[in-house]
Amino acid sequence: MSTLISILWFAVAVVGAMALGWLFRALVVAVLPQRRAHEMRKAPLTASFGILVILVYVLVAVFAPVIAPFGESEVVGGEFLPWDSTYLLGTDNLGRDMLTRMIYGARNTVGIAFIITALAFFVGTVLGLLAAVVGGWLDQGLSRSVDVLMAIPSLIFSLLLLTIFGTSVLSLVLVIATVDATRVFRLARSVAQGIVVMDYIEAARLRGEGKWRLITREILPNAMAPLVAEFGLRFCFVFLAISGLSFLGLGIQPPTADWGGMVRDNATLITFGDLTPFLPAGAIALLTVAVNFVVDWQLHKSSGLKE
Amino acid sequence: MAHVWRMIAQRLALGFLTLFVVSLLIFGATELLPGDFAEAILGQSATPETIAAIRRDLGLDQPFHTRYVSWLGGVLQGDFGNSLANGQPVIELITKRLGNTLFLALYAAAMAVPLSLALGILAALFRNSIFDRMSNALALTSISFPEFFVAYILILWFAQSGMFPSIVRLSEGISFGETLYRCFLPALTLTLVVTAHMMRMTRAAIINLLASPYIEMARLKGMSPIRVILRHALPNALAPIINVVALNLAYLITGVVVVEVVFVYPGLGQLMVDSVSRRDIPVVQAVALIFASAYVLLNLTADVLSTLSNPRLMHRR
Repeated sequence: MSTLISILWFAVAVVGAMALGWLFRALVVAVLPQRRAHEMRKAPLTASFGILVILVYVLVAVFAPVIAPFGESEVVGGEFLPWDSTYLLGTDNLGRDMLTRMIYGARNTVGIAFIITALAFFVGTVLGLLAAVVGGWLDQGLSRSVDVLMAIPSLIFSLLLLTIFGTSVLSLVLVIATVDATRVFRLARSVAQGIVVMDYIEAARLRGEGKWRLITREILPNAMAPLVAEFGLRFCFVFLAISGLSFLGLGIQPPTADWGGMVRDNATLITFGDLTPFLPAGAIALLTVAVNFVVDWQLHKSSGLKE
Repeated sequence: MAHVWRMIAQRLALGFLTLFVVSLLIFGATELLPGDFAEAILGQSATPETIAAIRRDLGLDQPFHTRYVSWLGGVLQGDFGNSLANGQPVIELITKRLGNTLFLALYAAAMAVPLSLALGILAALFRNSIFDRMSNALALTSISFPEFFVAYILILWFAQSGMFPSIVRLSEGISFGETLYRCFLPALTLTLVVTAHMMRMTRAAIINLLASPYIEMARLKGMSPIRVILRHALPNALAPIINVVALNLAYLITGVVVVEVVFVYPGLGQLMVDSVSRRDIPVVQAVALIFASAYVLLNLTADVLSTLSNPRLMHRR
């Protein structure tokens, strides 16, 4: 019986999400100018739902102090209070307001994941393109060291590095960015290698263009499409990785609000059938699903169809 | 046959080289420690004399390469040094837990591999049907879920009603069936986490092949769709499938960390997480080395198997 009800809820959620996606798409098509609207009109419902979700998260993250009813780590009442009109989502294991923590969590978890992804992308792309353009010893050296770093599973490698540098936000950012930059390097290098051999690059070289200009003005625009899709996927991985680490108690440290840590702190409630700890976990999952939907759409558009 | 052995020997040599560099990296990482090992052990109570004494004890006054060689020599004989937290030999902490972790990973793999291959083949067979779309959407969703979310959902569904235990207690002398029963929820979590990816890749590998002329030919001969896929497409899709299976088994090894913590499973992952927060470096080094070797070995096996499954790679001109 309970399984049936869960399935029913799931179906309702899916239908609701699709309806939201449809509404949002209609709204965007109406608001945007003709030329841009055309692209959006062809977007699948999943993708427009994804864009809507990402937009909501960004808004919540930016305006967190305005929306949140209480302070980030302010103790406002008893422990594990149920949902009521003052504490909309109840309180957590130390008596802090759950809704407030959720809202600040959006800012902290998503913000840090974004910073890490951006950093990993900057380093990985620059090194990857440089390796492809310069070639020779630089390429060999960088590629072989990346091979070695990738021979260790990423979670294990991050754990090893976190043991050494200790658990702080700065070391978390640097460690995860290093680990993920290796993956970006691989992609950027292999994409750029296909471009470097083209005639127009040869022409640009003969024209006497410098390496930096060659990379930013000639190669990067052509390598952008796969890199953008990779950025979305990478963000998902980073986001899941830091929530996982925070869940293990090794990521973002208390009292900073963070979704992974919130799940761990309140996990005891699950044994009593209280669903509150699922909210932060669900928030993580929802954002990842949304980003995946958008990436899927972009990839689909750029690749064309196979059978 | 000779060139097969040569290929395997080459890959093995490469694998050992990788492992050697990885061990160098894992050992060398401690050199990055702010301060050093001795200060890390003593913490607040450090005086110059005690630090010097511990440095001498641990051989920290030796140069890097001497220490590395003696550490590696110890590791090869099963001696990983002593834990900083409680002074026990690391090997004692590890042995039992390694068995438990391997058991859990194998258990999950035994469920996940057949399931995902079957689902992938079915999705390729009924592509663009409701079944395909549903399984695709579900797969995409479950890839996006953090492991602990999946685990807690399962706890809510199965452990709440008392069907399966939510905390794994393994004691001496329980029967194999009982062990399987107690480990079911963690194994199921891992299965759900890896199945989606394997299924999607199996489907993609088969569908990629369906456009080729020889499949068209088989269809024109009037062969049934099932036979086309099983006899004609599958053998050629084997190489990418083997690769993705190995990749996911390797992923199981790391995914195990979070799942073990959720279910309080007495495995290596749990030990590693505890040791990271205690900064118990010898234990972390040992566990990281074990996980990394398993990862390297699995990738190596995948490489060899996918070469063996593809005649074009076997007889390269």
